[in-house]
Amino acid sequence: MFILLGMPVVQIVIFGFALTNEVKNSKIAILDNSKDAATASLTAQLDASRYFDLEKNLVSYSQVEEEFRKGKIKLAIVFPRHFGEDLQHFNKAQVQLIADASDPNTANQLTNYATAIIMDYQDRITDNRKLPYTINTEMRMLYNPQLKGAFNFVPGVMAMVLLLVCTMMTAITIVKEKELGTMEVILVSPMRPQLVVIAKAVPYLLLSTINIASILLLSVFVLEVPINGSLVLLVFESILFILVSLSLGLLISSRAESQQTAMFISLIGLFMPTIMLSGFMFPVENMPLPLRIVSNIVPAKWYYSIVKSVMIKGLGLSGVWKETLILGGMMLFFLTMAIKRFKIRLA
Amino acid sequence: MRTLKFLLRKEFRQIFRDPAIIRLILIMPVIQLLILPWAADYEIKEIKLAVVDHDHSEYSRQLINKITSSGYFVLTDYSSSYEQSLEKIEHDKADLVLQIPQHFEKELVKEDAATLFMAINAINGVKANLGGAYLRIIIRDYNREVRMEWIQLPRFSPETQIEVASSNWFNPLMNYKYFMVPGILVILLTMVGTNLTAINIVKEKEIGTIEQINVTPIKKYHFILGKLIPFWIIGLFVLTIGLTIARLAYGIIPAGSFLTIYVFAAVYLLAVLGLGLLISTYSVNQQQSMLLSFFLMMIFVLLGGLYTSIDSMPEWAKWITRFNPVSYFIEVMRMVVLKGSRLADIKYQLLVMAGFATAFNGWAIFSYRKRG
Repeated sequence: MFILLGMPVVQIVIFGFALTNEVKNSKIAILDNSKDAATASLTAQLDASRYFDLEKNLVSYSQVEEEFRKGKIKLAIVFPRHFGEDLQHFNKAQVQLIADASDPNTANQLTNYATAIIMDYQDRITDNRKLPYTINTEMRMLYNPQLKGAFNFVPGVMAMVLLLVCTMMTAITIVKEKELGTMEVILVSPMRPQLVVIAKAVPYLLLSTINIASILLLSVFVLEVPINGSLVLLVFESILFILVSLSLGLLISSRAESQQTAMFISLIGLFMPTIMLSGFMFPVENMPLPLRIVSNIVPAKWYYSIVKSVMIKGLGLSGVWKETLILGGMMLFFLTMAIKRFKIRLA
Repeated sequence: MRTLKFLLRKEFRQIFRDPAIIRLILIMPVIQLLILPWAADYEIKEIKLAVVDHDHSEYSRQLINKITSSGYFVLTDYSSSYEQSLEKIEHDKADLVLQIPQHFEKELVKEDAATLFMAINAINGVKANLGGAYLRIIIRDYNREVRMEWIQLPRFSPETQIEVASSNWFNPLMNYKYFMVPGILVILLTMVGTNLTAINIVKEKEIGTIEQINVTPIKKYHFILGKLIPFWIIGLFVLTIGLTIARLAYGIIPAGSFLTIYVFAAVYLLAVLGLGLLISTYSVNQQQSMLLSFFLMMIFVLLGGLYTSIDSMPEWAKWITRFNPVSYFIEVMRMVVLKGSRLADIKYQLLVMAGFATAFNGWAIFSYRKRG
C-alpha cells in the first residue's frame, strides 16, 4: 500500500529532475601541441561552457585513444603546433575534434557545441564590422521557452507509471486467487463472475486516481510544469487511461496461470516497449514504418500525446478527440476479450 | 557439496516444471531485442515545417526551396497567416513555423538587413534546439549566396578562419543501434534475473514449503547458493542468446574480447541476483516483492544511462547512479563492445560490482538466517 502510493511520487520527482536529453557537463580532454595565448583562451572558453568539463590535459596523441578506452571522456580536442602563430600570420588555423561516437547522438551534439564555441571565438577576433545584406533570425520557443526536459518527461513518466502499476496489480491479484484456489470458491458462489473480476479492479482505480492527483500536484508545484488546459479534461483522460490499463491487466490475468507469468508479461513485456515505442524517449516519426505501425497499439503512446496536448499546449477536447476515441476503443476491446476468455474458463 | 547438488536438482526441476515461464524467459528478450533497437533513433530528421510567406518574392521562394531540398525539413503547410500555422503546431502537423515578413526581399536589398521569424514547438527541448540550429545554418548559407550575388569576391577581405576537422571514433557510421543494442541487452538480462529471484523465495514462503526447508539440516548459504546458481546459469544463457542476436541481426561484433564480457557479466549477475534474493527475503508475499523490484528496476533502467546521458544529470542523481549496478554494466558493455576496452580498463567497475555482489548476497544470507 505504501509502495503503491509512494512509488509514483518518488519516480516522478527523480525522473522529472534527472532525465534530460540535453547534453551537458560532458568530460573532454585537450591535447594542446601549441600552448599559446590563443589555445589557452579557447580552452578556457570551452571549459567555461556548461556543455563541457575539462577532465584532462593530454600530452601525446597516443593518450587520446587510451582515455577513450577507459571511458572517461566524450570528446578530445587537438590543437596542432603553431596554432596561434598560424592564426595570426596566415589568418587560418586548424583544430581537430575527435568524438566518442559510440553514442552517435551525444557525439553529434558535442561536435556541434564545440564548433559553435570555436566559431564564436573566431567571430570575436575578426573585426566586429557589420556585413551587408544580412538576414537576421528571431526564434521563439513555444510552450517551453526554457527548454526544460521535464516538459517532455513528465507526461511520459505519467503514462508509464500509471500503465505499469495498474496493469501489473490487477493481473497479479486475480492470478493470485487462481493460484491459491480461492477463485473457485468465488466462482461457485452465486455472484456473476464478470462482476467479481470487475470488482477486483475497482480498488486499483481509486488508488490510481489518488496517484494522478499526487503526480499532478508534484509536477505543477515541484517540477513547475504548468497545466495549461482544462484540469477536468486531463483527469477524465487519465481515468480513461487507467481503465485501459486495468482492462489490459484483466486480460493478462485471464491468460496467466501463475503470478510469476502474470508479472513477466506485464512487467517485462510492457516495460521496455512502453518506454521505447510511446514516443517520449524516441520520436515516433523517426522509426521505420513497421515500428510506427506497431507503436499504434501501445496505449501509452496515445495517452502521452493527450497529456502533452492538454497539459502543455492547452488544447480542449476538440484537439484530442481522436486519441480519446482510440483509448476508449482499446478499453472496450481489452475488457470484452478479458470477459470472454473468462467465460471460456468457466465451461 | 552433496546437499548443494540435491538443492540444485530441486531448483532446476521447479524452474522447468512451468513451461510457460521458460518460454517467456527465452522468447520475450529475443523478440524485444529484435524489435526495440529499431525504434531508438534520436537523429532529428524530417522536421515538419510550416511556412508563412507574406512576401511572395523571388527570394522567399528561393529560400523555401533551399530549406526543403536540404533533406532535414518537410514542408507540410504553406499559408499566409501565422494563426493558421500555429494551429498546425497545436495539432502536431508542424514542428516549426518560419515566417517571412512582407518586403523581406526589398528590405534585404535596400536596407542591408531583413529579419525572419521562427516559432518552434519546444516541448521536446532538444529537438527544438536542433531544428532551430539546422534552419539557421541553412539560412546562413542562403545569406552567403545572396551576398555573393551582390558583392564581387575580391571585395571580401580574407577573414580569419579556424577550420574545424571533426572525426567520430569507434562508430564512424554513427549507427545508433551499435549504441543501443548492448544497453538493451543489459536491461533485459537484469529484468529477467532480478524478477525471477525476487519472487522465488517469497513463493516458497507463500506456499509454505520454506518451513519444510527450514527444519532440514540445510545450511543457510547452501540454501541461498542453491537459489543463486540456477538463475546465474540461465542469465549467462540469456546473455549468450542476446550476443548471438546482436551478431546475426545487427552485425555487432564486440571490438573487445568475449572473455571480458563474460567475466564482468558473471560478477554482475551475482550482484543482481543477490539483490533479487535480498528483496525476496524481506517481502511477505509475491505481490510486494514484485512491486519493490519493479520500483527499483524503473529507477535502475531510467537512471542507467541507456537513454539519457548520466553526465547531464544533477549531482544527486549521479550519486544514485553510483549505486546502480545497471549503469556499470551498460557502461562496461559499451566500452568493450564498441571501444574494445580490456579487463584492465574496466578494473574499477569490476571491483565495484564484486563489492555489490558480496554485499547483497552476504546481506541476503544474513537476513534469511534471522528469519529461519
